[in-house]
Amino acid sequence: MGVEIKVGMADLKVCVSPDSITTLGLGSCVGIALRDPITKIGGLAHIMLPDSTMIRNNSNIPKFADTGIEELVRQVTLKGASRARLVAKIAGGAQMFGFGSQSETVRVGERNVEATKKKLAQMRIPILAEDTGKNFGRTVIFYPETGDFVIRAVGKQEYKI
Amino acid sequence: MSEINLDEMSNEYFDVLKELGNIGAGNATTALAQLMQTKVDMSVPRVQLLEFKDLGEAMGGEELVMAGIYLAIEGDINGSIMFLLEKKAAKHLVAKLMGMESEGDDFSEMEFSALKEVGNIITGAYLNSLSSITNLMIQPSVPDLTVDMAGAIISVPAIEFAALGDRMLMIQTQFFDEMVLDGFFILIPDLDSYGRMLAALGISL
Repeated sequence: MGVEIKVGMADLKVCVSPDSITTLGLGSCVGIALRDPITKIGGLAHIMLPDSTMIRNNSNIPKFADTGIEELVRQVTLKGASRARLVAKIAGGAQMFGFGSQSETVRVGERNVEATKKKLAQMRIPILAEDTGKNFGRTVIFYPETGDFVIRAVGKQEYKI
Repeated sequence: MSEINLDEMSNEYFDVLKELGNIGAGNATTALAQLMQTKVDMSVPRVQLLEFKDLGEAMGGEELVMAGIYLAIEGDINGSIMFLLEKKAAKHLVAKLMGMESEGDDFSEMEFSALKEVGNIITGAYLNSLSSITNLMIQPSVPDLTVDMAGAIISVPAIEFAALGDRMLMIQTQFFDEMVLDGFFILIPDLDSYGRMLAALGISL
């Protein structure tokens, strides 16, 4: 059994099988797992906002989908993953509160998911699976050995994508 | 008016926010005591400016199940306010209020709306004190309630703070009746409102 590495909010980490990597209680944030299936090197980012170019104070790289994904790719390839073989799985981006409105703030989960997909498409990294949106929080655990992305939510059976 | 920077906040400014937090939480406690028709004590609130990665731990763990009440605010101060309470504590409050314990771990529909009302009263009392100190008009929206992992609930205000900087201001208050209830207030004014709030108190940035 490997070690379980923890990723916080606005944070990213890289790991190699048999270690796994987790982030707890994703709400409107998005968790992005990258993996090279041959070297079994993986990484996980926990982003909070869609777009660093929309914010003046944007030096915190892992906080944004665009810069966070770029940095995650850089770090997994630095660890020895092949850039060309990278595949992704994503989870989170829930709408935790309704407000009965479509305000920008309330829809931030959805916008985080959109921005994540856009950035991954731009970098030609295929998304193998996703569990996004809806209205509940998710804990995710990513296993670079198998590529399993295990998801835990309150009142639900644990499942994997 | 210069722009507020939460990451490089002056001590004076932080002290003002702390004091506002204290008074708000005190008012909320009084409101809670009236509602429960019992004596409720309160600890001195702990005001913390936390980095996002430390938020989960500060609340007792990202996966701790909590009830979160969230309201939008409008008027002279725009933004939102959130009140969080551990699920067990929320169950206890509601049971006392309704005069009966419900079966099981989850909230019935009735308990859910009672809890929403509790949250409404607590946040309302908090906002009222803020409004009377600053003489600013604050209009809260209808509250919304969710019961889920602390990390997931807190992500909502954290994201609002994330657009401003890299830290979040959180006010933790412990209430006591027969048990200790750990409550967390998070006030999220937008940037202009911060300025208006401080200006109303005669503090220049």
